[in-house]
Amino acid sequence: MNFNYSEEQTLLKDSVAKFIANDYDYETRRKHCAMDGGFDVATWQTFAELGWLCVPFSEEDGGIGGGAVETMIVMEEFGKGLVVEPYVSTVLISGGVVAKAGSAEQKAEILSGIIEGNRKLSLAAIEPQSRFDLFDVATEAKFSAGYYELTGSKAMVLHGASADTFIVSARTSGSSRDREGVSLFLVPADSQGLEIQDYPTLDGHRAAELSLNSVKVPESALIGEQGATLSVLEAVADEASMALCAEAVGMMEKLYKETVEYSKNRKQFGVPISIFQALQHRMVEMFTLHEECKSLLLRAVMSHQAGGADYPKNVSALKYAVATKGQKVAHEAIQIFGGMGMTDEMSVGMYLKRINVINTLFGNGDYHLKRFMAM
Amino acid sequence: MDIQLTPNDVAFREEVRAFLKDKLSDRIKQAIVGGYIDKDTMIEWQKILYERGWVAPNWPQQYGGTGWTITQKFIFENECAEVGAPGVVPFGLKMVGPVIYTFGTDEQKQRFLPDILQSNVWWCQGYSEPGAGSDLAALQTKAERDGDDYIVNGQKIWTTYAQYADWIFCLVRTDPAAKKQEGISFLLIDMNTPGIEVRKINSIDNQHSLNEVFFDNVRVPVTNLIGQENKGWTYAKYLLTHERTAIAGVPQSKKAIERIKEIASQEMSGGRPLIEDDMFRAKLAQVEVDLMALEYTELRAIASVVDGGAPGPESSILKIRGTEIQQAVAELSVEACGYYAHALGDGIGNGYAGPISTKYLYGRAATIYGGSNEVQKNIIAKMVLGL
Repeated sequence: MNFNYSEEQTLLKDSVAKFIANDYDYETRRKHCAMDGGFDVATWQTFAELGWLCVPFSEEDGGIGGGAVETMIVMEEFGKGLVVEPYVSTVLISGGVVAKAGSAEQKAEILSGIIEGNRKLSLAAIEPQSRFDLFDVATEAKFSAGYYELTGSKAMVLHGASADTFIVSARTSGSSRDREGVSLFLVPADSQGLEIQDYPTLDGHRAAELSLNSVKVPESALIGEQGATLSVLEAVADEASMALCAEAVGMMEKLYKETVEYSKNRKQFGVPISIFQALQHRMVEMFTLHEECKSLLLRAVMSHQAGGADYPKNVSALKYAVATKGQKVAHEAIQIFGGMGMTDEMSVGMYLKRINVINTLFGNGDYHLKRFMAM
Repeated sequence: MDIQLTPNDVAFREEVRAFLKDKLSDRIKQAIVGGYIDKDTMIEWQKILYERGWVAPNWPQQYGGTGWTITQKFIFENECAEVGAPGVVPFGLKMVGPVIYTFGTDEQKQRFLPDILQSNVWWCQGYSEPGAGSDLAALQTKAERDGDDYIVNGQKIWTTYAQYADWIFCLVRTDPAAKKQEGISFLLIDMNTPGIEVRKINSIDNQHSLNEVFFDNVRVPVTNLIGQENKGWTYAKYLLTHERTAIAGVPQSKKAIERIKEIASQEMSGGRPLIEDDMFRAKLAQVEVDLMALEYTELRAIASVVDGGAPGPESSILKIRGTEIQQAVAELSVEACGYYAHALGDGIGNGYAGPISTKYLYGRAATIYGGSNEVQKNIIAKMVLGL
């Protein structure tokens, strides 16, 4: 039984942590958000050069064969820096789908493109009515004359406007809430009949609404087996949930530590507010909530690594805990920062907004508590 | 990172399981019911552990400990709790024993340690006083030197199982002029000494565990002093930090949740088993998630000291969250039992509610004793967060 990182893992952690500390302060992040596409292309290239874009991929696919532990390491540090580059949508989610279900040709083309930093993809799996049910797919794909024709609406496609290609879930059979009949397609962003509506989200990231009107893609655009890829989506959703929770855990750590520092410097009634017991106990609670989520994160990651049957249950426990405890930590930070916590100038509020987005992606706290109860 | 046990640890776990299967009878499992200890049954179980050499896993081997690794101790505690083995009474084996072998004279070690290991002597703890709870160093019970004796006068309170005790270890004030932490000594007192009176405290759980102990000119030989006069606070602090394993009570809470699920499968609500009630089930699930977090927090804390390292900051939350979860579990147990949770008397209704309510009420003390959770938070604020 040990929770220590290997030498390689320690190096990875140190390199990401160093980058965030030296090159990714809140002002920098703010500038990235304001750039075309909502992130910095040069920084993305730096990620490629530092080898972070290949972390989750097998050596066969051109990666370093990293697992859930390596992804956790990267995401925790990214969380501390509120990294806005599309790592989750391109590398973890889209890369995850292709690595799990893609053909040899698809993997060769797409994964190498992601690893080199040339390709951006995004998963279009959510629909306005689907909420957290990935099987709730109303978008249809009709096959005729060697082409699939896709029609429907996709919602909250992460970093959609900067993606060159979408992975679109569409129904090839059945009715909108059937578990069977969900297929996945590679859809180039410049396809005829595809409308992309770009918008910012509260956390400084970007997303897009897609409208597909008889978008034609060739047979080779199909990823995996026709009508049987819901399990791929759900597996990727669990892994992405774990990664997002790692991001949130990094944020919780940053929040409690910054709050402690702030309280030591902020003076009221002639003394630092850190001496007040009412505030001390609140900060101890923030620390405790972070440690609890960290423990659940390790539990989920280690059960994934061990291939344990309890892994999905651990993911739901984690996602539920982050939804409640993560948000609580951010609320407490704002409270103790006082008026300053309400300002856009400080990063505290941005952590709250990012945690709230994370809590909604792939199922909120209630959704995961219900899933936990059903297991 | 990995969570697997080594083959040696797996073999050890099998050895523990075999022992428990062989020696732990259903009758002995009843040594603690609703938090209340049956003295004779408990002593019987402790003697069985002693015979096997396993009664004091935390003691150094030279004094009768097991020489187990931290992982083995953890496995042992978990396996015991898993099958419902009663935990040993802490006062001798986990409290005064370590103080005696660490700070006592050779003569004191020879005189007291064997009886503690063999459970021949029942100890109780004389720390709290009416005016010294969380502020323990404010204690007033005084010991004045008179030749080869101390004369002890004063009062201790919340003394658990003093009515059973043969001996009491006490913090007493030997220098009233010194700063409050510096005038305290650690004294071992025979409960049969004239001038000691034990009075029962009626507690909310309707059991008799708590007492007041009065000292009226009690004569205690100076040879019963541990270490140096006026250094008692150091020994007391050592004692408080020494016994930190199993403080979270994870396996016990797991067992209790299993029991709630059994009860909630029998109890009906809205014409269906309570366990199918979404609101009840959600409350239970929330506690389960917290317990899963606590379990891994404990594993992290243990792993951090396996290689002789210092415990990480995560270990500091074990007492707070552990006791909060124990109480939450007890509350849900009571809720599951419905009306009969409030019935007094044996054999009324479903028959299982009585001890559950007792345990719930007894368990309100968990966030008060061992340093109240608020005091724990003060400690974390200072020691971990640097506030």
